[in-house]
Amino acid sequence: MSDHHHKETFVTKYIFSQDHKMISKQFLVTGMFMGIIAVLMSMLFRLQLAWPDTSFSVVEAFLGPHQTDGIMNPDIYLALVTIHGTIMVFFVLTAGLSGTFSNLLIPLQIGARDMASGFLNMVSYWLFFLSSIIMVISLFVEAGPASAGWTIYPPLSALPQAIPGSGTGMTLWLVSMTVFIASSLIGALNYIVTVLNLRTKGMKMTRLPLTIWAFFVTAIIGVVSFPVLLSAALLLVFDRSFGTSFYLSDIFISGEVLHYQGGSPVLFEHLFWFLGHPEVYIVLLPALGITSEIISTNSRKPIFGYRAMVGSIMAIAFLSTIVWGHHMFISGMNPFLGSVFTFTTLLIAIPSAVKAFNYVTTLWKGNLQLNPAMLFSIGLVSTFVTGGLTGLVLGDSALDINIHDTYFVVAHFHLVMGVSAIFGMYAGIYHWFPKMYGRMMNKTLGYWHFWVTIICAYGVFWPMHFIGLAGLPRRYYTNTNFPMFDDLADINVVITIFALVGGIAQIFFLANFFISMYRGEKATQNPWKSNTLEWTTPVEHVHGNWPGKLPEVHRWAYDYSKRVDSEDDDSDYLHGQDYVLQTTPLLEGEEPS
Amino acid sequence: MLALFYIFIGVAIGVSVWQITRILNLRESIATDKDNAAQGKYAMAFMAFFYAMMIYCLIYMNVIMLPESASIEGEHDDNLFDITFWLIGIVQFIMQFLIFYFTFKYRGSKDRKAKFYADSHKLEFIWTITPAIVLVGLIGYGLWQWNNVMDLSSDEDDAIVIEVYSQQFRWDARYAGADNTLGLGNVNFIKGINTMGVDMSDKNSADDKQVTELYLPKGKKVHFKFRSQDVLHSAYMPHFRAQMNCVPGMVTEFGFTPKYTTEEMRNQPEVIEKSIGINKIRRAKGEDPYIFDYLLLCNKICGASHYNMQMKITVVEEDEYNKWLSEQPTLSEVIQ
Repeated sequence: MSDHHHKETFVTKYIFSQDHKMISKQFLVTGMFMGIIAVLMSMLFRLQLAWPDTSFSVVEAFLGPHQTDGIMNPDIYLALVTIHGTIMVFFVLTAGLSGTFSNLLIPLQIGARDMASGFLNMVSYWLFFLSSIIMVISLFVEAGPASAGWTIYPPLSALPQAIPGSGTGMTLWLVSMTVFIASSLIGALNYIVTVLNLRTKGMKMTRLPLTIWAFFVTAIIGVVSFPVLLSAALLLVFDRSFGTSFYLSDIFISGEVLHYQGGSPVLFEHLFWFLGHPEVYIVLLPALGITSEIISTNSRKPIFGYRAMVGSIMAIAFLSTIVWGHHMFISGMNPFLGSVFTFTTLLIAIPSAVKAFNYVTTLWKGNLQLNPAMLFSIGLVSTFVTGGLTGLVLGDSALDINIHDTYFVVAHFHLVMGVSAIFGMYAGIYHWFPKMYGRMMNKTLGYWHFWVTIICAYGVFWPMHFIGLAGLPRRYYTNTNFPMFDDLADINVVITIFALVGGIAQIFFLANFFISMYRGEKATQNPWKSNTLEWTTPVEHVHGNWPGKLPEVHRWAYDYSKRVDSEDDDSDYLHGQDYVLQTTPLLEGEEPS
Repeated sequence: MLALFYIFIGVAIGVSVWQITRILNLRESIATDKDNAAQGKYAMAFMAFFYAMMIYCLIYMNVIMLPESASIEGEHDDNLFDITFWLIGIVQFIMQFLIFYFTFKYRGSKDRKAKFYADSHKLEFIWTITPAIVLVGLIGYGLWQWNNVMDLSSDEDDAIVIEVYSQQFRWDARYAGADNTLGLGNVNFIKGINTMGVDMSDKNSADDKQVTELYLPKGKKVHFKFRSQDVLHSAYMPHFRAQMNCVPGMVTEFGFTPKYTTEEMRNQPEVIEKSIGINKIRRAKGEDPYIFDYLLLCNKICGASHYNMQMKITVVEEDEYNKWLSEQPTLSEVIQ
């Protein structure tokens, strides 16, 4: 790190950069690009669900060989939901969210010059880029992309005879995910090492901002669980290409008995969900960390219950690795296992409830600066509560029997991890945009973006609970073959309209993002009057983050509105302002918070 | 070409938004007191919209819900669901109110000073313990019911054994016959009309009966055994609160006792009301009227026609069931 004046070429600065701030922007823009693809896909299949027999020229235009007269084929419908899920969960909400904000904030908020290994960090991004390219290429193969659902349960995903997408499309999916997992693991190891080793003087673990705690724990969950998905994927590759029988047994398809003997799809389900469930928290925890920071800053109040928040993050992380079986209550596994997983699953409600209550208490008696980032954080708390509560229904094995794989599940996880995590990501972008690009995002467009998005998010997912309770299974190409679902058709139309409006409303964000990058108001050093270290760096990026010596930390990150007399709310602010930078030494006789 | 056209339109919209925002010169970026006041009010307006929507759905979507459980085992599911739903409903209404009301009430202004309030062990203790206590109740009832439903060991003798057999994209069923024991099955035996791969050399196979529709007697426990010959399927019988995956290479099980015959179910007020609603829609489209039937649906993604994989279930009185069953040919009569 001594070579501050090392000469940068265009390639080393913008393309193969090892600077964490540039890599974070690369993750963000790639994630946004993938996100646009996934959102457009969801709009296509929502069209199909609302008006199944109607011809659309958009469908004709974009689905080419996979449609007939403007009506999509059932195969491609399944492919669209599969790729929508894959891209959203992994490419947008894992790489796009963790990749962006862990990279940007870990060095800046702990007071480090860069990541522990700038080179590995660069490799992590380029592997992610490569996996994104492979995933996009898989959309164009002749038989269509992978279409066995984002959970790719074999035998459907293993046998091209079962569904055309399980041919080349599935192969590319597996290759892409393998590369993705490598990227994710390298990134996660880097985050962990950096947090543990490169904290600046005075930055004790107990003084870390909650963002860093969230990214740190997220990285640990990733390191624990992603390798298991890798092995699951590799065994599936063996079954598909080399004739092994890890997941397959006793199969008769297309008029012949296949040679597979002795494997079990249930094994795949176990391996998949051993990642798949922690993945939910890999997606959600960074968003919660970002929210903690933004709510506290914009409430001008310390986050309520810092220690409880850290404890909850750790409890959630631990529990998340022992609850995967709640995705498999009716998979045919031993019912006794179902009992155990019900118990552990419902326990997660406790730390989650603590977090939600603590957020609300942080708002209480605050001085809320309702910036777009703050609104998205408040929106996150709202959708996290709404989506989290229905988890109590689904996590209870006895109740899960009848709503498993219905739209109730779709509504639940979209609210609790999809919308919540996206809100966290938006909040983070609005909040740290000045740190990334040296300019501010516009607030008017931000307000429009927020209100239209939250109205549409609830407009889509609240009614969806009820069509699930009516027994409507997910992943149905159309519901017209069941007269018992005829009365749900109107609700599907309403949902689709909300989805289309909500999707199009993201233009507010895209326009704001790209225009502000070039024309936004110039940022000041600390626009949100925040305490954390990233706001002590100069607005113009410098390699190594701080031009001179690294800052020294003397207090926690949440001394907002601290008073001279801690007992007296009417007394003056400490230092005459409602925030105290982490670098400010304690006054004589001041109690550390 | 058409795709290019749409991409072109997209780009054109993007450029016009760009231009409009340039002209508007939207350069303000940090919320002022005026913004806080406005956004606080919007938060209240949003809350009004949100509550209206929640309540509207809760009231008016009742009619589309599944009717009361048609199996005896499912009664406790309904009960547990009601308890859970009331509970989370109350918490939801309180929490959402607090979130959006606080946003309004404590909207920022120059005159306001935030309260420095970093910790309260008492409060945190309360909201750790309260959910914990509530959960003990929910988990307890849930697990009791789970064991209740999933424990099939006690009814080996008098339950009717039926195999439900899945393949892309149809369901078949096999009744165990007079000995109430199913003959062994394996995909290697699939040949010609032996579509379920029954081992005809097994002595239990001869009296088995293969059918394409399920008939169940009211009031007798039915013990299902599920098989699949190709990919995962899921046998979903929503009216009975019953579901189990069908897994190639293994036999999975589920059991329930039908409580109402199809006829009785059709006369239930809930079902009548739902049917009226459906038939209004079907009449408008010129389709045949809908008459309630129990259904078995596939609920695990299984391929292109997953959306149309169903089997009708008919529940009748026991003597009618016996009469129907005796009319079905045994496998030994069908397969030589």
